[in-house]
Amino acid sequence: MQNELKVVSNATCTFCGCVCDDIELTVEGTHITKAKNACVLGKAWFLNHQGGDGPAARIRGKESTVEEAVEEAARILVNARFPIIYGLSDTTCEAQRIAVAIADWVGASVDTTTSVCHGPSGMAFQGVGEITCSLGEVRNRADLVIFWGSNPAESHPRHWGRYSTMPKGLFVPNGRKDRTVVLVDVRRTKSAPAADIFLQIKPRKDFEVLWMLRALVKGIPIQESDLADTGVTLEQLQNLVDKMKACKFGVLFFGMGLSMTRGKHLNVEAALALARDLNAFTRFYANPMRGHGNVTGADNVVSWQTGYPFGVNLGRGYPRFNPGEFTTTDTLARKEADAAMIIASDPMGNFSQEAREHLQGIPFIALDTKETSTTRAAAVSFTTATYGINVPGTVYRMDDVPIPLRPAFESPYPSDEKILHALEKKVLQLLREKLQAAN
Amino acid sequence: MNKNDEELFVLISGRSTRQGTSLNESKFSKEYIEETGVVQICPEDMARLGLVAGDIVCLRADQRSINIPCVASKEKELPSGLLFMAYGDWSSRLMGSDTHGTGMPNSKGTDVFLSKVCSSKTD
Repeated sequence: MQNELKVVSNATCTFCGCVCDDIELTVEGTHITKAKNACVLGKAWFLNHQGGDGPAARIRGKESTVEEAVEEAARILVNARFPIIYGLSDTTCEAQRIAVAIADWVGASVDTTTSVCHGPSGMAFQGVGEITCSLGEVRNRADLVIFWGSNPAESHPRHWGRYSTMPKGLFVPNGRKDRTVVLVDVRRTKSAPAADIFLQIKPRKDFEVLWMLRALVKGIPIQESDLADTGVTLEQLQNLVDKMKACKFGVLFFGMGLSMTRGKHLNVEAALALARDLNAFTRFYANPMRGHGNVTGADNVVSWQTGYPFGVNLGRGYPRFNPGEFTTTDTLARKEADAAMIIASDPMGNFSQEAREHLQGIPFIALDTKETSTTRAAAVSFTTATYGINVPGTVYRMDDVPIPLRPAFESPYPSDEKILHALEKKVLQLLREKLQAAN
Repeated sequence: MNKNDEELFVLISGRSTRQGTSLNESKFSKEYIEETGVVQICPEDMARLGLVAGDIVCLRADQRSINIPCVASKEKELPSGLLFMAYGDWSSRLMGSDTHGTGMPNSKGTDVFLSKVCSSKTD
């Protein structure tokens, strides 16, 4: 059984937001030895997967049973006055759904890693609207593809080959030859050589350049001096505008170069407004390049359950959405949260120093497939099975298309969903007991 | 560049292929720590400041600072005045916690002051 050889067809890679579902895995026992069709990141995702030999649960660093850890985790959440639940972008929609339910029961803030990646884009969607299309439409129709503040060669290696620039589509039968590819960035990244046009703008000038493009699209004259310090010339922008107006199907993929830079949601609003304006001339869309495998699913699930995509507080018994108030960096850095549950995320490794220091000082629960700085600092930690490799379920591709997972083999560890399901039951039991004691 | 001389740069943090592949091994792996624990500077700025690969520089953003080795970026990848770090623990330590009402701290395009701490050989 240990060395049984099997091939899993159409497996889904959940490393990045491309969620490629055409991977052919060769599995020997509990090791994946080949990952055909996967990119360099996907191969690293599958081939580095370890079965794991550590305990499934720990309480304050000491090995415990899962049941004991669930009980302690439930106690932490139920006794907190301002609990927060954070992460969620690297687990299944089924697990995300239970996490939101737990947040509802204990009156927590629920927030996902969206808040520190495309959260500002989510705010911009509410301000301008989302001018969107699926990656399948891009593959079959797009003849102008713009990447802005994104480096797909390193962050989404198969995006170009599978969806956006290389494939032959119904209305672009010659594939790459039928498309014009534009890259706009502050760095000449590894994506630049593959673009037909590269515009190297100055850092923190995205907002200005996008608004100048909007002006040119609307026929409002601008001067060369208006573009001072942007790094681009009027001729370059006019050339791009001509191409945008003349294309049959254009799409602007924007990355965190817009959402993480000063201006944030205002940068993204400008990109969305540009795409909206261009629909007076042709078909034009603007889509975010999402990072984690199911961060789009997290937005969807939290939206179904609460009406808002991230940064939601359920403390009053109804959802309140306010980025900056209920988002996790803020609730930690302002020292408001008094307990936390971190699911499939590593804030101790990538949050601001102030936020990390506060998280370290409060009791928190961590669920992750691997040991991280966060699991090491947690009061209660669970090692869980890896979604897509060990666990079935649903994830959302970056264009909001749901994709089923086809796991390769079972893990010795429980899934996030299983842990969260047990935790929800225990939380309900403790809440009932608390209510009875109060009466 | 003399010790304690500071020069203003703009820091961009972002994904890199090696950061992504080593992440799958472990965030405690040598490769991940190496990839995320270095700052890239354009060759012209390295030469102008008298820096060589492996020199330790201090990056300071407001009250936060880190000491980190530097390397020259690939030719033309970075313009003068821009620094790059693969996204990770070290780059995040320079992030402030003010999110300007968005939930997202400034993580790209951050003003940082760079100074030389010590040479890669002896100092």
